Amino acid sequence: MAAVQEIGRPGSRRGARVERRRQALIASLSVPALVLLLVLFAFPVLRLMELSLDAGSLQWYQKALSENLYLQVFWATFRIAAIVTLASFLLSYPVAYLLATTSDAWASLGFVFIVLPLWTSILVRTYAWMVLLGRNGVLNRILIDLGVMDQPIAFLYNEVGVVIGMVHVLMPYMVLPIYSAMKRVDPTLIQAAEGLGAPGWRIFQRIFLPLTAQGIYAGCVLVFILSLGFFITPALLGGGRVVMIAVLIEQQVRETLNWEFAGALATVLLAATLVIYSLTRGLMRQSVEESA
Amino acid sequence: MHASAPGRGNPRELPLADRGPSDRASSWLVIEGVRKHYGAVQALNGVALAVRSGELLTILGPSGSGKTTLLKVIAGFEMPEAGNVLLGGEDITTMPPARRNIGMVFQNYALFPHMTARENIAFPLEMRGKARTEIERDVVRALDLVALGGLGDRFPRQLSGGQQQRVALARAIVFSPQLLLLDEPFGALDRKLREAMQLEVRRLQQRLGLTTIFITHDQEEALVISDRVAVMRGGAIEQAGRPPEIYERPANSFVAEFVGESNLLLGSVATRRDGYVEIAIGDGTEILAAGDEPAGTRVAVLVRPERLRASDAAEGTANLFRGRVLESVYVGNSHKHRIRLDGGRELLLRTPVLAGQRAPAVGESIAVRFAPEDAHLFRQE
Amino acid sequence: MNATTIPRRSRRKRSRLVLRFACAAIYFFLMLPLLIVFPLSVSSAPYLQFPPPGLSWRWYQNYFGDPVWVEATVRSLGIGVATAILALLVAVPVAFSVVRGRYLGRMLIDRLTIAPMIVPSIIFSVAIYGVFAKLKLIGAWYGIALAHTVLALPFVMIVVSAGLRGFDIDQERAAIGLGASRWQAIRRVTLPQIRPSLVSAAVLAFITSFDELVVAMFLAGSQMTLPKKMFDNIRMEIDPTIASVSVLQILLIAAALVISQRFGRRIGSNATMEGPSSKA
Repeated sequence: MAAVQEIGRPGSRRGARVERRRQALIASLSVPALVLLLVLFAFPVLRLMELSLDAGSLQWYQKALSENLYLQVFWATFRIAAIVTLASFLLSYPVAYLLATTSDAWASLGFVFIVLPLWTSILVRTYAWMVLLGRNGVLNRILIDLGVMDQPIAFLYNEVGVVIGMVHVLMPYMVLPIYSAMKRVDPTLIQAAEGLGAPGWRIFQRIFLPLTAQGIYAGCVLVFILSLGFFITPALLGGGRVVMIAVLIEQQVRETLNWEFAGALATVLLAATLVIYSLTRGLMRQSVEESA
Repeated sequence: MHASAPGRGNPRELPLADRGPSDRASSWLVIEGVRKHYGAVQALNGVALAVRSGELLTILGPSGSGKTTLLKVIAGFEMPEAGNVLLGGEDITTMPPARRNIGMVFQNYALFPHMTARENIAFPLEMRGKARTEIERDVVRALDLVALGGLGDRFPRQLSGGQQQRVALARAIVFSPQLLLLDEPFGALDRKLREAMQLEVRRLQQRLGLTTIFITHDQEEALVISDRVAVMRGGAIEQAGRPPEIYERPANSFVAEFVGESNLLLGSVATRRDGYVEIAIGDGTEILAAGDEPAGTRVAVLVRPERLRASDAAEGTANLFRGRVLESVYVGNSHKHRIRLDGGRELLLRTPVLAGQRAPAVGESIAVRFAPEDAHLFRQE
Repeated sequence: MNATTIPRRSRRKRSRLVLRFACAAIYFFLMLPLLIVFPLSVSSAPYLQFPPPGLSWRWYQNYFGDPVWVEATVRSLGIGVATAILALLVAVPVAFSVVRGRYLGRMLIDRLTIAPMIVPSIIFSVAIYGVFAKLKLIGAWYGIALAHTVLALPFVMIVVSAGLRGFDIDQERAAIGLGASRWQAIRRVTLPQIRPSLVSAAVLAFITSFDELVVAMFLAGSQMTLPKKMFDNIRMEIDPTIASVSVLQILLIAAALVISQRFGRRIGSNATMEGPSSKA
């Protein structure tokens, strides 16, 4: 009982001290990741941006944002991103709807079709599209054999090919957020609407669409952002004729060794990406959690 | 501590001499001035509490009153910002939870889903480095103690809710803890099972002589199971006492209304004589109650609905109220009536179901009264 | 069942059928590139021709016989494994820290770990190329592994912290209350239960690296990784060797996914197997 006399008075703050120590320990677990990110991510990216300033002058930004050639690249990039986003949405919405409203067994089969391409190398898929869309490719051969036309159509090395390839790569990122928004719609709401006498298309328009708008928005922003920075698909399916920003940056570094200009282009691309990204929150996280 | 297996009684048990609960030396667990906040929420606001050895104390309070936080502080999962926790005379305020030797049953049981019932129960013994044979023996004994003899090799999800509950209980007592904490353990069970488990836990606790703290928001459960009840609100203890004290002599209107049904009449003392006071409750009505507050004191008078009697005026006019029955419900063992008095006030009345006794019907006029000794009086803060 | 509901129901059935057909076509669009490489890889024609005129294993022989292809594959496998290990070592602690901590600034750390996923990979690639060129790290496999770890970090972080959030922290508390040290509690109770998350995080990190082209293109120098070799091949001389490589890669990744599925379910299947049959 001797210990009773020795212990602290009521109001002693030892508990708070121990808690602070514990929090400091937990916080220290983040140190390896922070070091990695600062040294191998933040520092290199900031250094690249600093290069673009070229001793304080903005000449490289001027070049990027005034010369016709580069403005066209920006315009092409945003145009392609917009087309890809729209096309992905049009293809994804019905698929997401079917997945959300069919039986579990059919839904999991459907998911195999969505997720399997997602896990397949982009290079493999891009290569396959070249085989399919080429001048002597499978698609042209079938169309000619069927007598639909007698001259092969150029699908490859132009925007059509790039858009097809990108939609194929990015569609799963559209399906998943829309699907999960649809899954969150309480099915009793639909039943309630039916019970109140609403016809099918009115239910869709007045209840389903507004309740899934959040998912559509998330999917569209995600796909648009990813499109802006796309490199592999335009580089291969564009065949040098479709130049998007990422392709231009690569050229500047690898061929003309113009680091300053590459830095300026990278900064503009990054700024555009971050502005669009800031329109939503926690979006990337959600879609990764769903695909994993 | 090593030698004491469950079922042989607690060797640390102190003679339960009735010294005051605030006396540190006589209490097994003492909590003093404990504070804790999360952001802007003051979860614990200077809690003081003493638990005697071998008793079952229930902490009763609405959700958000801080009772679970208090339990976590006792178990060591949360550090208080201020204050002390003493267990068996030892200061454990900052002791790591693993060294406290406290058994706890969590609200959702927190059974390890990847271990069998047997492995779950063996876990604390393994952590204490006991020999394999000893572990086996103690686990079998613990399984028998909670009547789960044949189910040791099942995984938690192959057990019913009540069985999971028993595994959690066995796991919490198998290492002869110094203190047992139960965090709303019966919340997920249906009513019948809950009542059976309440009695079972109570029997087990008394048989092992385990000092136990039980948390619930269910006042009925608290009254049934406890040696003492501590009512909590806003991170502080409002009142601690034996169940009849809490129910019949609540310290304030919060306790009165939280525990059981109540009629609360507010007023101030008009006159005082020979252990009785007359209280003016407005609209010219005065009531007579046992008490000795000085004249002018603002007080509340509590009359439980079952202490009211339907009565005619022939017995005199003291504590007599006239009104009309607004609503009437049959609840099996009694009738409940809502009565609007002539002054506009409402009272709750409970009448027993007896053969040959007609319950008052809705719309009927009625007179009710209570004896001065059946009213409980407390100062209004 | 009155008169008006019958046509409505049949109309709904019809529109459902249209939806099914549309979706079947979209599924076909999604699967087509994956399916087309299988017949191409066993074609006897020396150039791309579909349908193949005859069957032959020569493109597989080409692949296995060419030391450049094999070395690139081995290097990519090694870098992928190294990336998965490094990413877990770095990301698991930070996930614990962010999920369990209550210290100021943990939200900021959480945001920061996601950043490599948002910044376009071309920007990161060029940036890290600039730094590694100065450090003479071009062509070093561990340089690529380090850069890939940065790219994999967000994925691992997200999957592991989701696993931790889904884990009932009362279980860890229970273990500690029962006498386990914090490390024992994590090892015996937490890790076995978030193992599915750890496995899928590791697989995700591996695939992120194994598939990665843009960073490798800048950092690999003359030391080919598999995606870079594929990229060069597609650009220069398209022959069906690339199809056989594609088939092998699809099979490898499918195998990785199957393994991760099996591991993820092990806890559950164990329980049901040992369950009711073994009453003591």
